[in-house]
Amino acid sequence: MNAVAVTGLSVAAPNGLGTDNFWEATKNGVSGIGPVTRFDATPYPARLAGEVPGFVAADHLASRLLPQTDHMTRIALVTADWALDDAGVKPGDIDEFDMGVVTASSAGGYEFGQNELQALWSKGSQYVSAYQSFAWFYAVNSGQISIRHGMRGPSGVVVSDQAGGLDAIAHARRQIRKGSKLILSGGVDASICPWGWAAQLAGGRLSTVNDATTAFLPFDAAAGGHVSGEGGALLVLEDAQEAGRRGSHVYGEIAGYGSTFDLRTESGGSSGLERAVRVALADARVGADAVDVVFADAAAVPELDRAEAQAIGAVFGARGVPVTAPKTMTGRLNSGGAPLDVVAALLSIRDGVIPPTVNVTAAPELELDLVTQARAVPVRTALVLARGQGGFNSALVVRG
Amino acid sequence: MSDKAFHLNDLRRILRAGAGTPEGVDLDSDILDTEFEVLGYESLALLETCGRIEREYGISLDDDLVVDATTPRAVIDLVNEQLSVGSV
Repeated sequence: MNAVAVTGLSVAAPNGLGTDNFWEATKNGVSGIGPVTRFDATPYPARLAGEVPGFVAADHLASRLLPQTDHMTRIALVTADWALDDAGVKPGDIDEFDMGVVTASSAGGYEFGQNELQALWSKGSQYVSAYQSFAWFYAVNSGQISIRHGMRGPSGVVVSDQAGGLDAIAHARRQIRKGSKLILSGGVDASICPWGWAAQLAGGRLSTVNDATTAFLPFDAAAGGHVSGEGGALLVLEDAQEAGRRGSHVYGEIAGYGSTFDLRTESGGSSGLERAVRVALADARVGADAVDVVFADAAAVPELDRAEAQAIGAVFGARGVPVTAPKTMTGRLNSGGAPLDVVAALLSIRDGVIPPTVNVTAAPELELDLVTQARAVPVRTALVLARGQGGFNSALVVRG
Repeated sequence: MSDKAFHLNDLRRILRAGAGTPEGVDLDSDILDTEFEVLGYESLALLETCGRIEREYGISLDDDLVVDATTPRAVIDLVNEQLSVGSV
């Protein structure tokens, strides 16, 4: 089967807008977690978030797009522009039906939806924007990107919480193997608004610690939930042969993927996450010894951290592989989190450096080789893990 | 209500507020008979615009007639018709 190459990428992360800003901060352990500024979070139990700094939509997007887009869609549109630009794709380079968009979403345009619900209940139905019909919708980022760039090939959206970011990239890979030349994929999410906050708090996994350096401590004995963030990453995927013909710069290859769903009760045997890892490695035709680094899901919920450490230990052995969670600098970005880790993995491969997990002292009984200072080592193959609330497990292998 | 009339400038203002300004189009030029599609406004933009007109002017526009109003002149005529009916 044809290899699928990453030929462009772009980032909007809480610790850096744009790939270079993100990567510079990430390598240096600079966190973007701070007090919520997008709304008054003081009455809420969780008051910290990772917010994308310096994003002014009107600087990048025409006024025609603003009344019809949620904050997350605006970030996604700009990130998509940058990713396509990074891949050197110009309109007309590739037939419009050979290019598609497959993104992940966790909640759709929450802030937009909240504003329209407020209008509905406080003023009446005639005050609800006509654009509510699609602006809230899960598939809206894929749709708006597709319209903006005339990408009319296979497109869609995957909704499986945090795992969705990997599931979308895997689906994009599938579409390229079926004949599409280029698919833009990944995820950009944001729901830092009262309604989004209420929903995330109801999920029961948000940290209520209000010190930015101790609020999100995956694999630490003090782990007590995560900080939520906004943003994510988009990647340009191309058939490797086509990319070669176009003379594209190649960051790496999407080499393997596995996804599983948790059983209602794990009955001894291997966990869903472990099975996903094994499927992904088999798909990439590599053994565990070929993996140079694992980008962890890093839930920061004690039993989930334990389950992840066990899955990694079962496949790689005790302290058998470097493990990192740069999301300790951004918070968990819902569907945007795993694509951001995929970008970090590709840049680790490019630069020979594993970015750190910040603020964390790994609990010794987890037997992880947790990277807490940037580590300069050659990286050729990386494994990215992502779990979605409700039982989704996904694993993706990227190779330089 | 009888002194209320709907002019092109009112439509321009509401289009901008509800649907933004299309790129490469001068809304301040003579657009009375230019199709909305040519101006860069799709059907949803018109739905939003007519909704705002209804709210601001306290009238109700027939959905079927709105769909057929493809130019600013047609929308302005439709609105003024409703305003005069309302003032009788």
